[in-house]
Amino acid sequence: MLRSAWRSLLHHKLRLILSGVAIVLGVGFVVGTLIFTDTLNSTFTNLFADTTSDVIVTPEQAVDGRGFAGTVATMPAAVLDQVRAVDGVAKAGGQVLVNGVSIVDRKGEVLGTTGAPAFGSNWDDDEDLTPFRLIEGRGPAAPEEVAIDSVSAEKADYAVGDTIPLVTPQGPLDASLVGVFRYGTSGNLAGATIASFSTPYAQELLLGGEDAFTEVDAVAAEGVTQEALATAVRAALGEGLRVQTGTEAADEATAQLTEGLAFINIFLLVFAGIALFVGTFIILNTFSMLVAQRSRELALLRALGATRGQVMRSLILEAVGVGLVGAVLGILVGVGVAYGLQGLFAAVGAEIPTEGLVLLPRTIIVGLAIGVLVTVVAALVPAIRASRIAPMAALRDDAGLPVRSLRLRAVAGAILLVAGLAVMTVGASAGGSEGSQQVGIGVVVALIGAIVVSPAISGPLVRILGFAFPRLFGTVGSLAVQNAERQPRRTAATASALMIGLALVSALTIFATSAKTSITVVIDRVVGAEFLVSNDTREPFAPQVAADLEAVPGVAGVAGVQIVPALADGTPGPLIAADPDALGQMITLPFSSGSLAAIGGSGTAVDEQTATDAGVGMGDSVSITLPNGAVLEYTVAGLYDPAGAYSGYVVNRASLVAAGLDVGDSFVYVRADQGADLAALQESLTAALADIPTVQVRSQAEFKEQITSNVDQLLLVMVMLLSLAILIAILGIVNTLVLSVVERTREIGMLRAVGALRRQIRWMVVLEAFVIAVFGAVIGLVLGVWFAVALQRTLVDQGIEVLDIPWLGLLMFLVLAGVVGVLAALWPAFRAGRLNVLQAISTE
Amino acid sequence: MSTAPVPSSPAPGGPAARAVDLVKVYGEGDTAVTALDRVSVEFDRGRFTAIMGPSGSGKSTLMHVCAGLDSATSGTVYIGDVDLTTLKDNDLTRLRRDAVGFVFQAFNLVPTLSALENITLPMDIAGRKPDQEWVDAVIDTIGLRDRLRNRPSQLSGGQQQRVAAARALASRPQIVFADEPTGNLDSRAGAEVLEFLRRSVDDFGQTIVMVTHDPTAASYADHVLFLADGQIVDTMDDPTADRVLDRMKGFDGKGRRS
Repeated sequence: MLRSAWRSLLHHKLRLILSGVAIVLGVGFVVGTLIFTDTLNSTFTNLFADTTSDVIVTPEQAVDGRGFAGTVATMPAAVLDQVRAVDGVAKAGGQVLVNGVSIVDRKGEVLGTTGAPAFGSNWDDDEDLTPFRLIEGRGPAAPEEVAIDSVSAEKADYAVGDTIPLVTPQGPLDASLVGVFRYGTSGNLAGATIASFSTPYAQELLLGGEDAFTEVDAVAAEGVTQEALATAVRAALGEGLRVQTGTEAADEATAQLTEGLAFINIFLLVFAGIALFVGTFIILNTFSMLVAQRSRELALLRALGATRGQVMRSLILEAVGVGLVGAVLGILVGVGVAYGLQGLFAAVGAEIPTEGLVLLPRTIIVGLAIGVLVTVVAALVPAIRASRIAPMAALRDDAGLPVRSLRLRAVAGAILLVAGLAVMTVGASAGGSEGSQQVGIGVVVALIGAIVVSPAISGPLVRILGFAFPRLFGTVGSLAVQNAERQPRRTAATASALMIGLALVSALTIFATSAKTSITVVIDRVVGAEFLVSNDTREPFAPQVAADLEAVPGVAGVAGVQIVPALADGTPGPLIAADPDALGQMITLPFSSGSLAAIGGSGTAVDEQTATDAGVGMGDSVSITLPNGAVLEYTVAGLYDPAGAYSGYVVNRASLVAAGLDVGDSFVYVRADQGADLAALQESLTAALADIPTVQVRSQAEFKEQITSNVDQLLLVMVMLLSLAILIAILGIVNTLVLSVVERTREIGMLRAVGALRRQIRWMVVLEAFVIAVFGAVIGLVLGVWFAVALQRTLVDQGIEVLDIPWLGLLMFLVLAGVVGVLAALWPAFRAGRLNVLQAISTE
Repeated sequence: MSTAPVPSSPAPGGPAARAVDLVKVYGEGDTAVTALDRVSVEFDRGRFTAIMGPSGSGKSTLMHVCAGLDSATSGTVYIGDVDLTTLKDNDLTRLRRDAVGFVFQAFNLVPTLSALENITLPMDIAGRKPDQEWVDAVIDTIGLRDRLRNRPSQLSGGQQQRVAAARALASRPQIVFADEPTGNLDSRAGAEVLEFLRRSVDDFGQTIVMVTHDPTAASYADHVLFLADGQIVDTMDDPTADRVLDRMKGFDGKGRRS
């Protein structure tokens, strides 16, 4: 039987290729995803491996400021002396490392990947204490001297001796470049940039002249362990400082990173799962067809004395063979997919700098296991069915696999589909995170239900979709529709790949459109300011900027807004700090009670959602912990409806300044004089900021566009990933058609003999593909709309308050699906048209 | 090509189809097999011709080439006045569609179409309206009027072949080629099909060429051609099963077996 399985594999090369391709793509995407995420992880892990010394002392932070720029926790320089005095410390150094110094290239553009930090640091010549390795020039020693990392120097084509423009928290600076250094052993900065200054100058630029450090690193003397040293240092230092061993710090950083990257990993693996899921269908489909075609061959084996088990084993062995070959090729394809993903992320501005892809043994094992397992599972069902064929029945002319009733599937599928849609609807009306979970479960259940039920509805739906075919294309048209109806399971399985892909793509598209419209609506309603000034690096900027802007003629008023990480009664969240009266001129929050003006000096306004979650009401007291450790008491003086991004505690900025926290403006609203020429005003505003290239003036329209284009970018990435599922769907259609042409060889030969032209045969195949593709697309779009509506309803409170269905776009998807069907049919149609009439008729 | 139905009777002189010096060689070089060796033959209008011969004698090849299903290595084939060897695939297909009817041994019918749809298939493919009166006459002759809505899978083998024969006749072709039409049938069902073919010659003046190896089937014909080794070795008019069988016995030793 082994020989028989092997022969059968070699004999049916075309079939091997067709089912193989599905496996290759499915495995390829999973492997590609794993490689990509491993690469991502190792990129950042290397980054931390370079930075650690034996003991690291950092200031204890009252509030976790991750994700917020501009809140720098420091410790006095005296700490360094204390650490140096500890027994067992060989040497120690103080670091200043602050996100907020951008390097500007010759074209006036800021270097570095969007969103990646732009660090400013102090310089230390001792290579044991810093990860900086000088490769050119010298370390900066005097004010206005700078050394930059080699990646930035190379990108901007700066050399030692150049004067280079920087943007610092103190404003723009032309510094003379005295050195270029490599970061760590790899030079990998993961898209960040570093500009390094002499320690006093770094303190002046970055810490407002305070003699302080953000971190103190110590190297242990010979024979002293990290743990022992950490204990000794901890004992020597007072409260408010955090002492970690180098290993602990690296682990913590890596753990934080893994948490941050988990989203990307899950996101990509979901798509890989979809690809594999769709691929499984194609494999299942292919094996069913292969077995059906070979039923006579299998029956002959049975008649000659092969047991049921032997027939099954032979088929499963065949599946293992195909799965192995497909998986090996899939792993190779996966490497290509990983490169593609890297390119994709780079294209949308999230470049991941790496020294090469990371291919772990685990990835190869997973790839092989998935390829083989999926293929075997997919082959199992038809194999069991094939083994049930009675030998003599199969040897007759019209032998085929027994056709099972679709009733059970129809009932089971309908129940699942209705249940899924119901759960979604319940979740949608419930809202909140529980609601989103229900919607998610509902989507999965409904998709499975749709897949199960689709063979039962494919017949009627195909007839409806193809109703005009007989009139438009004559007999060829009706034959095409009948062929599509003939094998409801196959038609449905083929269409289901496209269905899943389009359901998700259309749901995402509708959701993204709704999000964009909602954002626009909310901004229109809330924001009265004509301009928004913000820093592209998301760094806060000096309050001087707001003052400069207010001085521009035509400006009626400005309001600087600080966004600060804080704890409100222990719950972390952003704190919005501004001058309430000025802010009131810029935005209109829908207050249900109280007002912005009512905040005064020690009041706060909060959105109703946050208030409900925290259990506070008007007049209640809220204690807010600031990043610098200060705890302030506020009284709730206003409640407003949350509107999209406009939510959270709003307080008077003066209260923060009084508590010693002034980190600069996160953004500034600018209101124009009544009747001012807005275009001209924008030019004057931009001119006033000419020397700070990182700070941008955006009109309200541009601001909306900036946000909506972010949504578009995200949508683009997701659609591009999903298009892989659609690519597999196309292959599925090709696969089905080629096999059904093979299956109907004799019939096609007969049609040709009695006068069907090659062209007519080709049309027949193309129309069949078209109607299958459109069938899948129609169900997919209907589900997609439902999914999107449920999702939008769920997130009304999160600001997606408007449902905006891009009907024209959905129509285009439908047309595209038809085109996809036609394209997929080209090759099979060509083959069908080329069949030799005589051979076709006499084919056994 | 003309799309008008070609009247099959009365015969306007000349044979319905003829072949001149037909040679068909399969393969090349050492492995070349000569299936037809300079065969010249005429199929008269309104006559029922049977082609007989042992396996490998070239009888099926002769039919396929004459019907435009296969190309000749050399020589010419005419259906009416049209030289098939000069036609491109599309024109050849149209000629088959409009001027030739076929009955194959098996798999004659499209499984998704009803009996009636199968009968009118060539005309439907051509986008032509069938001659309803004529189709009715043909259907009455096959005697399956009550099964017209059935799918092929709901018909017996004999019924399927009669539907196939009706399809061959429905477009009023100049000539009908039947390739072992009773090969898959029991003798009773076979007789029904053969009687139908016979009647279509007698009643409608149809020209029929049938390849068979069954002497009983051949006895329904007006005229029998005997092929052996790619050549016509004998002919017989007004055959009976016994005479054909006797004649065939003479080939048994000589004919190639494949």
